[in-house]
Amino acid sequence: MTLRRAQDDGAQRRRWVVAAAGGFVVALLLPRLGVPTFYVSLLTQTWIFAIVAMSLDLLVGFTGLVNFSQAALFGVGAYAVAIAATRFHLTAFAPVMALGIVSAMLTAAIFGLVALRSEGVGFIIITIALNEIVWGLAYQWVSVSGGDNGITGIVRPHVGPFDVSANTGYYYVCLAFFAISLLLLLLIVRSPFGLVLKGVRETPRRMRALGYNVWLYRYLALTISGGFAGVAGVLFAWYNQFVGPVALSLDQSTQILIMVILGGIGTLYGQVFGVLVVVFLSNELSAVTQRWEMVLGVVYFAVVMYAPGGLVKLVPQLWRRLLGRRPALATEEP
Amino acid sequence: MTTEPCLVLDRVSKRFGSLSVLEDVSITIRSGERCGIIGPNGAGKSTLFNIIAGELPLTRGTVRFLGHDVTRVSAHTRARRGLARTFQTTTLFPRLTVIENLVLALQAHSAERFAMFVPRRRYRARDEAARALLERVGLGARAEALADALGYGEKRQVEILLALAQRPKLLLLDEPTAGLAPSDASLVTEMLKREHGGLTMVLIEHDMGVVFDVVDRLTVLHYGRVVADGPVETIRGDATVQEIYLGGAL
Amino acid sequence: MGLQFYVQNALGGLAYGSLLFLIASGLTLIFGLMRIINLAQTAFYLLGAYVGLTLVAHGTNFWLASVAAGVVTMALGLAVYSAFLHRYHADPLTSLLLTLGFALIVDDGILAFWGGDPRSIAPPPILAGSIHAGTLVFPEYWLAVIVISFAVAAILFFALQRTMLGVMIRASVDDEEMARGLGVDVNRAFYVVFAAGAFIAGLGGLLGGPITSAYPGLDGELTPLAFAVVIVGGMGSLSGALVGSLLIGLVNAFGKALFPELSYFTIFVPVALIMAFRPQGLFGRKL
Repeated sequence: MTLRRAQDDGAQRRRWVVAAAGGFVVALLLPRLGVPTFYVSLLTQTWIFAIVAMSLDLLVGFTGLVNFSQAALFGVGAYAVAIAATRFHLTAFAPVMALGIVSAMLTAAIFGLVALRSEGVGFIIITIALNEIVWGLAYQWVSVSGGDNGITGIVRPHVGPFDVSANTGYYYVCLAFFAISLLLLLLIVRSPFGLVLKGVRETPRRMRALGYNVWLYRYLALTISGGFAGVAGVLFAWYNQFVGPVALSLDQSTQILIMVILGGIGTLYGQVFGVLVVVFLSNELSAVTQRWEMVLGVVYFAVVMYAPGGLVKLVPQLWRRLLGRRPALATEEP
Repeated sequence: MTTEPCLVLDRVSKRFGSLSVLEDVSITIRSGERCGIIGPNGAGKSTLFNIIAGELPLTRGTVRFLGHDVTRVSAHTRARRGLARTFQTTTLFPRLTVIENLVLALQAHSAERFAMFVPRRRYRARDEAARALLERVGLGARAEALADALGYGEKRQVEILLALAQRPKLLLLDEPTAGLAPSDASLVTEMLKREHGGLTMVLIEHDMGVVFDVVDRLTVLHYGRVVADGPVETIRGDATVQEIYLGGAL
Repeated sequence: MGLQFYVQNALGGLAYGSLLFLIASGLTLIFGLMRIINLAQTAFYLLGAYVGLTLVAHGTNFWLASVAAGVVTMALGLAVYSAFLHRYHADPLTSLLLTLGFALIVDDGILAFWGGDPRSIAPPPILAGSIHAGTLVFPEYWLAVIVISFAVAAILFFALQRTMLGVMIRASVDDEEMARGLGVDVNRAFYVVFAAGAFIAGLGGLLGGPITSAYPGLDGELTPLAFAVVIVGGMGSLSGALVGSLLIGLVNAFGKALFPELSYFTIFVPVALIMAFRPQGLFGRKL
């Protein structure tokens, strides 16, 4: 039985909000607390990838679309920055951010026309192919993308009056974008439109019978998701100051999906934890062993088989078991 | 006030490869009529529903709904024009609450379904309308439960509520009382009988008790063809129909 | 652009396409039967190439080494399938991620064991020459590869159409529930198909070596092509895999010759058209 109790809900909600606020404050203070710049840098990466992970969760967790081309959308945003900077000498913050978002959304819009002709597994296969098309372009169209060598020398612009070329400055930029993205996405999923997406995820047949144009809502979700992925891509290009085809490879799409699963599909606020684990794990592992990719593969295995509900479900479960309490009842979605 | 019939099927045929499931089905249903479609299993009744609703393309023939040819019109557009249905297997949104299920039905025709940056809490009227619907059938207490947690009979009731919430002009009900205990079945029958106001109903049923209680007209399908069509009492006494049901009097 | 250009590229394309068939046939059959998108197929191919070339370097006969390589990949594939994958055959997402994780592990293992330098693989001495037909010149080995792949295709078709096992497999693809209900040992069919797919891919690795060489990342480059094949041909269709692979092989060859910077893109134009207008592929059924 999966009943919910209104009172428990209110209390739990408040606890989460407090925790989130606390977390945000800690995140704000971290660079000032003497944390080494290396870790500040890793956290910056975390904010960036959390944005793209959440954008994918919008599709996977809320619309029921397993999109294997999220890296392509992310990468298009990144390459837009790189190409704009190195070929058109366009480096100003706002126009380039807008360009990145628009490019990614346009790509998503094109993808949607092709991929949304299918559902379920067919959709997965086609998005794999779409990702490979974009990757192929980045890999081979050397005159535009720099091929395997990518594009280097991307300069980080000033954000308004602020010079964010230093790690700390940029950390705050990415944190801000992450927070705004999280809030916007939470709004979207709790809106009437968000409920439509959930309906589409649960039972598309019923939605059609009720009069909803299911294709249209999937299309809108894909395009919106693309926009957020574009934001992450732009931030990534400025963070890395280099963009290469790896950023939009199938491996990257998989990694983003693993982050989403690890964080908890359909949670949005859980994604940042999934990203945190993957980012820190990859970094710590590569310092310890040359075979870190193999270990990562094993981690994928483990996550997919043993923690499909993600950390957001796993950690409280383990915690409760440790403390000897009864398992919690199912809770509502955001 | 138009005297166009609500639904006109003109020589509708459906083949799957060489298998003919429906052959030359022609039915005219006027507004406000309650029509029952009966026939042995495999007669093509659910296929007919899927064609009327637009989920399945037909091989030959036309479908006219409220005076317009909808043969090539998509399912969701037909729904928007006033066609609602229930499915043979309960088709709800399992991991959403009962209230959310109904809100989806209620907001389907309103622009608010595109509202992205406004929390649903603001649309109090919808929530209240949904609750009111639930109260009417005594399911008010289950409003916050996940749809999947409901009992089978309760789910069937919600299934019908979803269709009714669309304020349809034509309601297709595919075996609404299938698998229900007699008490639940009579609840459903009462729900259906209470609906007035020009709602046209087409009902597929095997339970003759329900059929005779709710409808005024019967169409009998056998091997994909219409073998009898007329007022309930006439069909009841029809020899061919009695034979189809293996000699038992209806 | 003389005759030489066209014949050269056409034959090269057909040879390459034949290699793609060895990968795509497994991919499409595994998907058709088990609904598993096996992203480790190309990794099996690469592993087969490396295992094969090591055996050849130790004096093994080329053909024997190919078969042995296939056996190795088959064993590995069976191990993964029986240990993990078989539980998730109805779950496309999980199985896909598992095969991807496995591919990562295999790729890194190859890097660790054989290092990052590309390895060239010589064709067997008998077929090391070229054929001269008038003004045309092309490697004998290309023809050999085409012939071998067609032979494999013929065996697969025969197995599916004429053997009891083949009937079981086709029945299970058609309607798994029904097949189980009729007493068909569907699980056995699963194991056989997965094993066959892994074997053929591994076999293809060494066979294809003289054409593609072997280097880490080759599998990543082959994956988009394999997917192009199954999308065009239709997931689950063997005929589709055959037609699709030859088609993609040809488009790839001419694409590389005419538009080297956009050859992946040129391949994907027909793919995109199919995806837009006939998503089930040329021979596939609606997914």
